[in-house]
Parts: sequence; structure tokens; C-alpha cells
Amino acid sequence: MPAPLIRIENLHFRWADDADFDLDIPRFEVHAGERVFLHGPSGSGKSTLLGLLGGVLVPERGSLQLLGNDLTQMRQAARDRFRADHIGFLFQLFNLIPYLSVVDNVLLSCRFSARRLARATAAGNTPAGEAQRLLTRLDLDPALHRRQVTRLSVGQQQRVAAARALIGQPEIVIADEPTSALDAERQGAFLELLRDECERSGSTLLFVSHDHRLAAGFDRELSLPTLGASGGDGNAR
Amino acid sequence: MKWLLTLAVRSAWNRRLTLGMTLVAVALSVTLLLGVERVRHEARNSFALSVSGTDLVVGARTSAVQLMLYAVFRLGEASNNIRWQSYQAIAGDPAVAWAIPLSLGDSHHGLPVLGTTGAYFEHFRYGDGQALQFAAGRPFDGIFETVLGAEVAKRLAYRIGDQIIISHGMGDVGLAEHDDKPFTVVGILAPTGTPVDRTLHVSLQAIEAIHLDWAGGAPLPGLSIPAEHVRKFDLQPKEITAALIGLKNRAAVFRLQRQINQHPGEALLAVLPGVALDQLWEMVGLAERTLLAVSAMVLAVGLAGLVAVILASLGERRRELAILRSVGARPRDLFLLLSAEALFITLLGALLGVALLALLSAVLAPLVQAHFGLSLSVRWVSSDELRLLAAVVAAGLLASLVPGYSAYRLSLADGLTPRL
Repeated sequence: MPAPLIRIENLHFRWADDADFDLDIPRFEVHAGERVFLHGPSGSGKSTLLGLLGGVLVPERGSLQLLGNDLTQMRQAARDRFRADHIGFLFQLFNLIPYLSVVDNVLLSCRFSARRLARATAAGNTPAGEAQRLLTRLDLDPALHRRQVTRLSVGQQQRVAAARALIGQPEIVIADEPTSALDAERQGAFLELLRDECERSGSTLLFVSHDHRLAAGFDRELSLPTLGASGGDGNAR
Repeated sequence: MKWLLTLAVRSAWNRRLTLGMTLVAVALSVTLLLGVERVRHEARNSFALSVSGTDLVVGARTSAVQLMLYAVFRLGEASNNIRWQSYQAIAGDPAVAWAIPLSLGDSHHGLPVLGTTGAYFEHFRYGDGQALQFAAGRPFDGIFETVLGAEVAKRLAYRIGDQIIISHGMGDVGLAEHDDKPFTVVGILAPTGTPVDRTLHVSLQAIEAIHLDWAGGAPLPGLSIPAEHVRKFDLQPKEITAALIGLKNRAAVFRLQRQINQHPGEALLAVLPGVALDQLWEMVGLAERTLLAVSAMVLAVGLAGLVAVILASLGERRRELAILRSVGARPRDLFLLLSAEALFITLLGALLGVALLALLSAVLAPLVQAHFGLSLSVRWVSSDELRLLAAVVAAGLLASLVPGYSAYRLSLADGLTPRL
């Protein structure tokens, strides 16, 4: 079995300004190609975990390995570059920069990562062409590609954000409640699209949500509050 | 880096209304700052160029600055005149190469009328020693002939041969007119950029002639002496306002000055133009520095407003900063993004300020020239102004660190998920 894509061991994190909260994860592993649903009710340390995985937070102790690289051993700038090169983030709401066009919003991922720009254009596409191809695959009508992002519906905005997370085929896509603002019907359709596109680009999907009902269709479901207690389900597969 | 700057510009454009207002504030404060500096510089320049080659200015005893102001710059009025005999005594001193008598007090459409002699056209120097040139015509010869400064002829559209009426006293309205004795324009001087341009020149005898039938500043009732009869009267002036003296040898200047200041029988004052100008600058120096300090403060207010506006926008942009963070922006990228915005506005404001100043000086130069005799040259920035601009940009750079640092701190604290 290849080394896990994400491997957390004995991780401990504490906010400097909030002594009541701390996050302890004895063991957590995600393998390449997996689509993992992580259940995290609010207050369970979801944002903290995302910050740690993104390399904007540093644990007090423990190891945090992505693609075999220990983030705790990297300097901040290296962690920022690592995030740009290997992780696509997708957030709950307001994922887009209002003054950039749809295509420029998608291309943001390539602006800070030469690697993702290279991968996005590997097939001979221009960056904008690749962005439009992804958008179309995500069911965003080409007529909407030129529209101001603030005039798109929430569902359309989330699909633009998904394209941004996926462009340049990052190894890891981390989605934080991306469907919470959608109605039930659209939630299902969006999840379907997201999972399909992750598979197509070979990205591992870590989907974080407080809503159990969305877990169907994922390879594995984990619960953040019990990650510590259960000792992790790293070998569940 | 380049992309970040593009991003900064697009973001700024997105908030163009609020940023536009602060841009206007910064531009206006830059205009004010540079304007104060320019007027200061031009005033000094203009005064310094107004007289050259004159060793002593002589008038009734007053302050040196006041004597310079009315005798050379035609600003204000003389409180006292000096007797013709005193003038002749000074002019006759063996050390004196030339003397120009000046008789002021009358005006034409608010412009000063100067009674003098032919020596004026021969010996008066301005700038760095330039003599007066005639653009048209010749010096006055007859009694009722006048030579106009360039600005007078231009503004009132006078040409050689035109007839003009001189008013009694200084001012623009409500003056008694010497309308029974019109003057003929016989010469027009080339522009000098000095008070000469705003002056009408007549002979000393003409000044006497138009006041023959006057007493105490008003025409004598029942007495009217027609212009053709004035030659029958003694037109030798009894007194003049001031005199410009040129020496054969500058070494004699202090002796002659002392001699004039101790002139028996009349309280006279002789000043060296350069010394009097230094005194003038000393007097106005404090006011200049105060003005400059006030405009510097206005600029500080403008920059503070700019910083406040950007900081206020930062609250709304936390989500945006988090998105940029998530795609790989480093905290220092966000520092640059926000600093660039402030610096960009400052630079644009400085440019706009310079353009506005150029426009203003082009529009106001004729007005200032007309009212104060100050010639504001319409030009691009001087090296002094460039230094001020550099200071403005440096201040803007310093101010830009505030939003930059705030964004840096915010991005570190928020990470990927701003706690709104």
C-alpha cells in the first residue's frame, strides 16, 4: 500500500487566545484517490483542522504529513507554496473575488502556483481555455463565463469556486461545507459533479460538513469529534 | 508580483468612488503644498528681478522695506515725498553716475503712473542687468506724452497714438480725473516681468502740469488751465517720491548712504536694494513657513483619510484576503497588495496635484500679474518642488505601511476562515 496522502500523528493544537479549545488528533490518514466525508459540527475544530492542513496554522506538536512532506518542518513561505501547488480549497460561501471575472477567479489558483499553471496548460490549452473547459464540465453555461461574478446565483458561484479548486489538478481538494447554501436537490447534483471531477483529475477529496445526510456516496465517513477517541480510522478501507 | 499589482489596481477600481474621493483630497493637498512653495519662490524671484544695477534707493524716512515696496514694486503708497533740492544735491554728488527721480501718486485704471525723466529709459536695469527695450515708439518728449509698460498696453489694448486720461490718486473707482489734459501714447515697452510692465511713464513736468490747477487733491473751483497754456508756468517739480541712484564705483555706497541718511534739513532714507529685500524675506519668512507647515498638515490629513478609507475597506475584504490565502498568497503578498493600493493612490494624487497646479497657474497667472504684479511662470515642476513631491511620496509610502501591516496581521490571524 502506498504511503497515505494525508497522515496526521499525535497532533496537538491550541489557540494562543483561547485556552478552552484545543484539538487533539492521535491518528488520521487519507489515501490517494479516496473521497472522505469528515463530519464536523460547529465548534468541533473544523476550521482549525482546515488551517492546519492548509499550512496556515502550525500544531504545537505532532506530525502533519501531506504527500510525504511534513508541514511542521517547513517554513511559512514553503507551506504557502505547498498549499498553492497541491491543495484546492472550496469554502462555504463567498468563494469569489467580486472584482475579478469568472475566468480570472478560476485562474487565481494558477497565479500563485507555476506548477498548477503548467498542469492546467499541459494538454495544450491556454489557461483561460482550460478554465472555461472546467467551468463547462461543471455545468456552467459558457454564456455565464462572461457575467460579473456578483450576478451569478449561489449555486453558480460554488461551481466557479469548484473549478478554481480543481484547475491544475491538485492532489488534494478540501471542501468546507460548499453546499450549505444550496437547496437539497442542488446539493445532491453539486456533490455528484464535485466527486466526478475530483475523480477525473485524480484529486483526493476531503469533504467537511456538519450534515450527515451528505455522507452517502463517499468512500468513508469520519467524525471529527471522535477522531481522537476512536484513534482514527486510517486503516478502515 | 506583477499579478499582485494588477490585482491591486482592479480592486481599487472596484472601490473607485470612495478611493476617488480620497484621491481628490490627496491631489488637492499636493496642489496646495506645491502652490504655496511656488508662489513663495516666484514672489522672491519676481522681487529679486525687479531691480538690478541700482546701488541705492532714496526716499523719505520710513522703513527700508516700505521704501522698496512703493518705490520699486509700486505696492502701497509713500507717506512722504522728498524735496527736489535734496534730490538734486544727491544727484550732484561726484560719486553718483546716474540718478532716476520717481514721482508716484496718480493712476490709470488702477495702474500706477510714474513721473520720471529720460534717465529712466537709459539707466534703469532689471533681471540680471537688462535695459528697458521699446516694443514700439520712443521715450516721451513732450509734456503730454506717455510710455506704457507692456502689460498696460496689452490689458487696455492701447496702441501708439491713443489718448488716455490719468486719474488723481491710486485706486480703481471714484477717483477724480485729469480729463482736461489727455496724454498721447508715444511708446510701448517690451515685457520685463517686473512692475515696469504695469506702469505708465510720463515726465516729471507732466506730473506738475496736470496738478497746476489742483490743490489738496481736488481741482480748484473756477480755475482751469487749458493744456496748451501749461508751458507758461514753471513746471520744475517741487518734490518727488523717491530716487534710484547708480554709483560710479560701488565702494562709495556706504559713505553715500550715511551721507543721505544724515542729510541736513530733511529726514531721508537710503537703502541698498539687496539688504532691504533680505529684510523683507526675513519679515515674510515666518508667514511662509507657517503656510508651508499648514499645507503639510493638510497633506497629512489627506493621507490619514486615505489610510482610514483603506482600513475601513479591509473589514469588508477579509473574505477576499482569505480566498487569496487559500490559493497560496503569502501574508507578505497581502501586505504588498494593500500597501500598493495606498501608494498607488498617493502617486496618482501627486501627479494629479501637479497637473492641477499647472492648470491653476495657467488660469491664475494673468490675475496675479494684474493684481500683484507677480509674474507666475507657467512651467513644470522645479527641483525644489520635486523635492517636496519626493517628500509627499515618502509620506505616502510610510502611510501605506499601515494598511499593509493590518492586512498582514489579519491574514495571519484569520488563516483560511475569517471569523466575521
